[in-house]
Amino acid sequence: MREEIIISGRMNKGVDPILHAWGWEIAVYLFLGGLAAGLLIYAGFYAIRNKEKNFFTALKIAPMFVPFFLIVGLMALFIDLHHKLYFWRLYTTIHLNSPMSWGAWTLLVITPLSIIYAVLNLKTVFPQFNFSNKYIQYLSFTIEKTEDKTINWNWKFKWMRDLETFLNKKKLILMWALLIYGIILGIYTGILLSAFNARPFWNTSVLGMLFLVSGLSTAAAFIMLISKDHEEIKWFSKIDLAMIGIELFLIIHMFMGFLASTQVQIEAARMFLGGQYTFVFWGMVVFMGLLLPALLEIMELRGYKINHRFAAVLILLGGFILRFVIVYAGQSSRYLY
Amino acid sequence: MRYAMAIDTLKCVGCSDCVVACQTENNVPIGYCRDWVVEVTEGTYPQLALENRSERCCHCENAACVRCCPTGASHKEEGGIVVVTHEKCIGCAACIQSCPYDARYTHPDGYVDKCTFCLHRVNEGLKPACVSVCPTKCMYFGDLDNPESEISKVLKNRKWKLLIPEAGTDPKLYFLV
Repeated sequence: MREEIIISGRMNKGVDPILHAWGWEIAVYLFLGGLAAGLLIYAGFYAIRNKEKNFFTALKIAPMFVPFFLIVGLMALFIDLHHKLYFWRLYTTIHLNSPMSWGAWTLLVITPLSIIYAVLNLKTVFPQFNFSNKYIQYLSFTIEKTEDKTINWNWKFKWMRDLETFLNKKKLILMWALLIYGIILGIYTGILLSAFNARPFWNTSVLGMLFLVSGLSTAAAFIMLISKDHEEIKWFSKIDLAMIGIELFLIIHMFMGFLASTQVQIEAARMFLGGQYTFVFWGMVVFMGLLLPALLEIMELRGYKINHRFAAVLILLGGFILRFVIVYAGQSSRYLY
Repeated sequence: MRYAMAIDTLKCVGCSDCVVACQTENNVPIGYCRDWVVEVTEGTYPQLALENRSERCCHCENAACVRCCPTGASHKEEGGIVVVTHEKCIGCAACIQSCPYDARYTHPDGYVDKCTFCLHRVNEGLKPACVSVCPTKCMYFGDLDNPESEISKVLKNRKWKLLIPEAGTDPKLYFLV
């Protein structure tokens, strides 16, 4: 038998023996970015179609969480940077060849837009404030009490009220922008990884769609988790089922692609087909995070009494683990020479 | 101008003098290296073949690291030498992920670091530190566009191979075999 022994004198920290340039920060960001993108896509899509009455949670409450998710995700990205004080260099240039560059610009647009949308929803979500509450008193520099019975507060300064009226008039444009940028954000997280041909496991164009669909699925699960409207929960659990179906198809599609590709991609797929990621992927992501919640949702739609929150939590966990597995597995896959 | 390097694997004894010269010349932090020696033993005992390779950044023509860099810190200098501008680098490690040769690392100071073909020496007309110290004279450095250069001649007359040409990066580090 012909054998080969390779001895390398290189032992750079973070690179050898297995590349570890990206850790939990990137996985957390990819998960939160996908979740936020999914929530904004639903909000934009149903607002454009005038479904404000049907989907109160998806349109009004869930988007209040989006700026929080995006900011936590961005903080995770910032923690990951090693030359932190130079982060502003991202915004002195646009490199269309670099997914990370246009991702940074996308985030610069979508984060303020999501904050604007959340603030516009404040009056609908919190029409009544108890002004004796001491936490509300801290807000007294921006809001003031009014005599109105339905909404008992208003912005303190005229320019704030004018700005709100102006933005409310332009809401349709805002919703289109949120929908389009939501789709870009959802796909970009996958394209970011698929642009690295040096990591065979990431180097598949399926990843962009997989991350978008997984983001939509986790966003539907999040809406199910916080919604109290049974019709809305039912509708989003149907959407979620469709997304799970597409996600399963994309996963099979991805592995078929790997197995029909070159040696390095076959090796990459083998990490999941008997290798070190087999259990965590097929057991925790595919079974626990996709098949089991899908089964629970189908049974609930058929009339069995099952708490929908259980399926929702499993999907969120599955989406979270999926990002971890892909970030770590990609760095373990490589060219052998 | 297209700078390239060739290493004669038949002459290289794997002494790692190139590694030490680079670490000294470029103040590489302890525990890190910009170039390294790989020993490959192939065959079945007693028919064994040993190949020593002094490896480093390949200064690829189609450099994935330059393409992925979001700030333009990774760029090409004249002659196709790929370098990182420290003041532009945010340390995001996208270039580390994109390099099939794993030739880059994060410097303890935060920016990403790698072989520069000793650009500061090349600009003064000197050879890179690794080439100039090699005790077996197995390394060649020069301009591929100049047919009279040492490297053009040696690549014309000898058989050579590239590392992972299938990655499509068009590397400029040649190994004479």
